[in-house]
Amino acid sequence: MSRNNSVLNLGEFTRRQAMRWGAYNMAGAMLASKMLAAQDAESSSTAPASPNSEDPVAAGSVPEPKAKAVIQIWLGGGPTHIDTFDPKPEAGADYTGPLRSTCATNVAGIHVGELLPELAQVADKYALIRSVTHGQNGHETASYLTQTGRMPDRIVYPAVGAVVNAFKWQAAADQSEEESLIPPYVVLTSPQGRFSEAGFLGVRYKPFATGGDPNAARFAVEGIVAPGLSDADQLQRRELLKQLNTLRNVNRDDTELAIATKSRDHAYDLMLGETGQVFDLSTEDTTLRQRYGRNKFGQSCLAARRLIERGTRFVTINDGGWDTHKNHFQSMRRKLPVLDSGIATLLADLDERGLLDSTIVWCIGEFGRTPKVASESPWNGGRHHFGAVFSSLVAGGGFKGGRVLGETTAHAESVKDRPVYPGDLIGTIYQLVGIDPDASLPHPRGDFVRATPGADEGPTGGRVTEII
Amino acid sequence: MAGDNLNLPDIKTDERTDVLAYRRRKSFRRQEWEFSLVVIFLTLAFTATCVWVLRNNQQHATTKAPPPQPQHEVVVVKPKAKPEPLPSIQITSYDFSSSRTDARFVDADVRIPLNGMDEIIFATLNEQQIEPAEPCSDAVFLRRIYIDVLGCLPTAHEAKRFLDSESPAKRQELIEEALARPEYADYLAMKWSDILRIKAEFPIKLWPNAAQIYHHWLQTSFANNLPYDQFVRELLTSSGSNFRTPQVNFYRAVQDKTPEALVQAVAISFLCERADEWPPEQLDGMSQFFSEVGFKPTGEWKEEIVYFDRRKSLEFRRAKLVGVFPDGTSIEIPPGKDPREVFADWLIQPDNPRLARAFVNRACYWLLGRGIVEPVDHMGPKHPPSNPELLDYLTQEFVQSGYDIKHLYRLILNSRTYQLSSIPRSDDPRAGELFAYYPIRRLDAEVLIDAICQITKVPETYSSIIPEPFTFLPEGTRAVTLPDGSITSAFLEMFGRPTRDTGLEEDRNNHLSAAQSLHLLNSNHIRNKLKDGPGIPDILVGSWDSLTSSTDSLYLAILSRRPTESERSAVVGLCSNAEGAKEVAWALINSDEFLFRH
Repeated sequence: MSRNNSVLNLGEFTRRQAMRWGAYNMAGAMLASKMLAAQDAESSSTAPASPNSEDPVAAGSVPEPKAKAVIQIWLGGGPTHIDTFDPKPEAGADYTGPLRSTCATNVAGIHVGELLPELAQVADKYALIRSVTHGQNGHETASYLTQTGRMPDRIVYPAVGAVVNAFKWQAAADQSEEESLIPPYVVLTSPQGRFSEAGFLGVRYKPFATGGDPNAARFAVEGIVAPGLSDADQLQRRELLKQLNTLRNVNRDDTELAIATKSRDHAYDLMLGETGQVFDLSTEDTTLRQRYGRNKFGQSCLAARRLIERGTRFVTINDGGWDTHKNHFQSMRRKLPVLDSGIATLLADLDERGLLDSTIVWCIGEFGRTPKVASESPWNGGRHHFGAVFSSLVAGGGFKGGRVLGETTAHAESVKDRPVYPGDLIGTIYQLVGIDPDASLPHPRGDFVRATPGADEGPTGGRVTEII
Repeated sequence: MAGDNLNLPDIKTDERTDVLAYRRRKSFRRQEWEFSLVVIFLTLAFTATCVWVLRNNQQHATTKAPPPQPQHEVVVVKPKAKPEPLPSIQITSYDFSSSRTDARFVDADVRIPLNGMDEIIFATLNEQQIEPAEPCSDAVFLRRIYIDVLGCLPTAHEAKRFLDSESPAKRQELIEEALARPEYADYLAMKWSDILRIKAEFPIKLWPNAAQIYHHWLQTSFANNLPYDQFVRELLTSSGSNFRTPQVNFYRAVQDKTPEALVQAVAISFLCERADEWPPEQLDGMSQFFSEVGFKPTGEWKEEIVYFDRRKSLEFRRAKLVGVFPDGTSIEIPPGKDPREVFADWLIQPDNPRLARAFVNRACYWLLGRGIVEPVDHMGPKHPPSNPELLDYLTQEFVQSGYDIKHLYRLILNSRTYQLSSIPRSDDPRAGELFAYYPIRRLDAEVLIDAICQITKVPETYSSIIPEPFTFLPEGTRAVTLPDGSITSAFLEMFGRPTRDTGLEEDRNNHLSAAQSLHLLNSNHIRNKLKDGPGIPDILVGSWDSLTSSTDSLYLAILSRRPTESERSAVVGLCSNAEGAKEVAWALINSDEFLFRH
C-alpha cells in the first residue's frame, strides 16, 4: 500500500487519542486520507478499505527518539546575531554600536552579548549555532525557508511544527492509553502568518492559536476561557442550543451534521473540563512568574512549559518586533532583557523539573541583521535584513549544552566554518524527536516528498551531529 | 452507542465517504430497528392511535405525535444571577417518522415543472429505483438562492417579503432578482479568485495593486455577463502591464513560469485536468503554445510586462513550432503568430466541448453541491461522470447559449433538482452523486463571517500588510469581496478559506471542526459581536409591523424563516428583552440550520 516503509500514514486515525483531538480538524484528516487513497486509487478504485485496517509505520527506519516535545521560540522580523549570540567586540564601533562589551558565560570560552546576563549563567544548558545560513533577505521567503527547510516551490511545504504534530500524533495514538484533550500543536499567542503553517498537510495540522495575553490577570484563551461565563452559564446555554438545534432531527444520517455534533461535543469537553486549567498561570509560584518576567513573552515561556508538562508536542512562542531597521539599539535595550529572562528561566525551570532532557528548545528568527550599523539618517543606528549568516540557540531533548557550532568571520558577515542550512537543523530536530528525516509526506497531487530536503534540493552542511 | 461506530477519520476518498456513510446509515438503521422493534411491540396500539389522531387533525407539521415512551422531559433552566429569570424551557421530542414532511424544510405540494436537466436526472433516478427527496420549502429555497448565488444571508426584510409573496412564480422571480444583483458577481469573482490564485504575497506574489485590478476585472466581467469563452480567451491571450491589463496576471499567478507550469495552470483552471498526469508528450506538445510568453520588468516597482515574445518567435526559433492540443491533433504555428492565440481559438471552438464541460461541472459543484465528475477539478479517464448524458446536455446548453453563465445558472436554479430538500428519501449509496437530494455543506468561511457581521451589525476589519504603511479596507467590507488572498483574518484561516496556493477546489475546507465550534460557541470575537453590537436590539426594536413579533424577527434575521409554534413558545419569554434575545441569537447562530447550507 505504501510506497515507502517510512511514509507518514495519515490514513490511520482509528485509535482513541486521534479520535479525541482528531475531531479537532476532521476534515484535514479526510483530505489527508484522500491524498493517500489517491495513491492506490488505480489499483482499487471501488473497494473501500476496511475502516479498521491497520497499516502501521515500519519501526525500523524511525530513529530512537530523545525528545518528546519541542518549544520553538520564533523571533519574527529577524533578530540581530551580532548583539546576541555571536558578539564581535573586536570589530569596532561601526559593528558593535554602543554594545561593546560581552558577557562571559558559565562555560569557559563562550561569550554572549552584554544584554544577555541571565543566559550567560545557563550556557551549560544550550548550544549556539553561529553559522546558520540561507542567503535570503526577504521576510516571506526567509521565514518559509527557515521553518520548512525548503525554497518556495510549486507546492507549499508544512512547517516543522505541523510535521512533528503529524508524526507524533500517530506515535502517540500507538502508545498512549490516555485520551488527551490538550491540543498537540499550540502557538502562543497569534498565528505566524506569512505562510500557511501546515502547508499541504492541510488545516488539520495547523496550530491552535491561543489569542489573549498570558500576562493578563486571566489568560483569555480564545474559545476555551470565556471571561464572565461560569460553567453553570455554559451548561445553561448548551441546553438552549440543544433545544433550538433541530436540523439533525430531520436529517439524522447526514455525515456533515454528524461531524458537527461531534465537534461541538468536543468543544464543550474543552470548555467545561479541566483542560482550561493548563492556561491558568495564577496557580504558579509568584517568584517563578517574576523570574520568567511579567511580560507577554516571559509568561508565554511559562505557559509553554505548562503545556509541555501536560502533553502538548509542539509549542511555538511567536514573538515579533525584531525587524529593527531604525533605532535598533533602543529596541535591543528594551527587548533583549525580556528575551534573556524568559529563555534563561525556561531552561532552568525545565531542567529543575527534569523536562529539559526530553524537550527541545529552539530559538530562531528568519535571518540575522547586518553586522555593520546603519548610522545615517533615517536609520539612526539601524540594522537591516541579513540572511548570509545568523545564529540559533538550541537546547535540551538531546542537544548538548555548553557548545558552540560554527564560526563567522571577524565582522560576523559570513560563515567561516561549518555552514548550517535550515534543512540541516530541521533534519536534526526530526531525528531527535524520532522522525526519520528521509520519511515521506503525502502530497495533495500525489507526489511523495521527503520530510527534509534531499541533496538535490540545494546546499547542505549535514545534520548538526556535533552537538547531539 | 451508534456514535462509536463513526470511524470518521478513516474515510479515504469521496467515493468511500459515500460507501461508508451508507454503511453507517445501515448500521444506524439496524440498531434503531433492534431498539424500536421492542418499543413498537410494547406500544403498538398506543402509537397507532397517535398516528391516526395526528393524521386526522392535520396539525402544524412540527406538532409531533407523542413519542412511544412517556418522555416529555421538562428541563427548567436555572435563572441567571443578573438578568431576569429565564422562562422554563420545554424540550420537544421529535417523531422522526414525520420529519420528512417537516414544513420548515419540505413542501411536498409545491409545483416545480421538470426542465431539460431534470428529465435526464429523474429518468436516471427512476432507472436506479432511487426516490428523490421532496421539494424544499420556500424558506429553504430563499436561503439557498442567497447563499449559493449571492454568497450572503437574506435580511429579515428580504426573507419576510419573499415568504409573504403570493406570486405563483415567486421562485423564478427571486432567481431573476438574484442574478441581477451585484453580489452575484462578487461571489463568482471570489470563486474565480480562488481558482486563479489571486494573492498579493507569498507564494504567488502578484503584489497588491495587481491583485486588486485582477479581482476587479473578474467582478466586472461577471456583472456584465461576459460570455465565458471570451472571458477565457482574454485571460489566455492578453499582453501588457500587470498593473494596467488585469488579464495578464493569469500568467503571473503561477509560482514557476516555465511553459510546462503555465500548461498546468491552464489545464486546472479551464479544463479541470491535472496536466502532471498527462503523458509527457502531451504536456510537451501543449507547452509549445506557451513557449513564447515573455516577462519583462519596467522602471516601476513590481511592475512587469507580459507579452508575446515576437523576437523569440521570429529570430530565435530553431525549428518549426508544432503545438499539440489536448485532443491529440497538432498544428504548426507560423513565426510571428502568437501561439497562445492559436491555442485559445482551438479551446473556444463551439464544437470543442472541453471548455464548456469543465465549466458546467464547476457550476454543478457550486450550486448542486457536487460535480457530475468528482473531484470537480480532476476530470479525466480515472474519474468518469456519474451521469454522462447530463454532462453532455448541460455542456451543449451552455455552448448553444453562447457561453452565457447566467443562462446556465438559470437552468440549474429553476430545476426541480436544485429545489429538492436536503432530506434524502433513499438509502441508495448513489443517491448523492445522482442528485437525488441537496447535500448539506457548511457555509464558506467568508459567507459565514459576513452573515454574522450582518446579523450583529459589527463589521470585521481587514488590512493588507504590504506595502507599508498598511492599507485598511473600508469599514464594512464583506469577506466575500476581499480582492486578495493575502488579506485575511484568524477567522477566515480557521474556517478553511483556501490558501490560494494551488487553485484546487479542495483547497477550501468546509467541514466543521472542534476548533471552529469552540470559536463559534465561546470566543470573545463572536461573543463581543453579539453582546456589544447593535444588531440584535435593532431587530427587536426595528421598524416592524405589529404582526411580526420580536421572536419572528429574530428567526427571520438568522434562519430566514418564522419559528414554529413550539419554537416560538420556547423562546418568546427570552426574546422579550435584549439580553435574552442575544442568548437566543447566540444559540441560533450556533445551530446547524444556520451554519450549514441545507
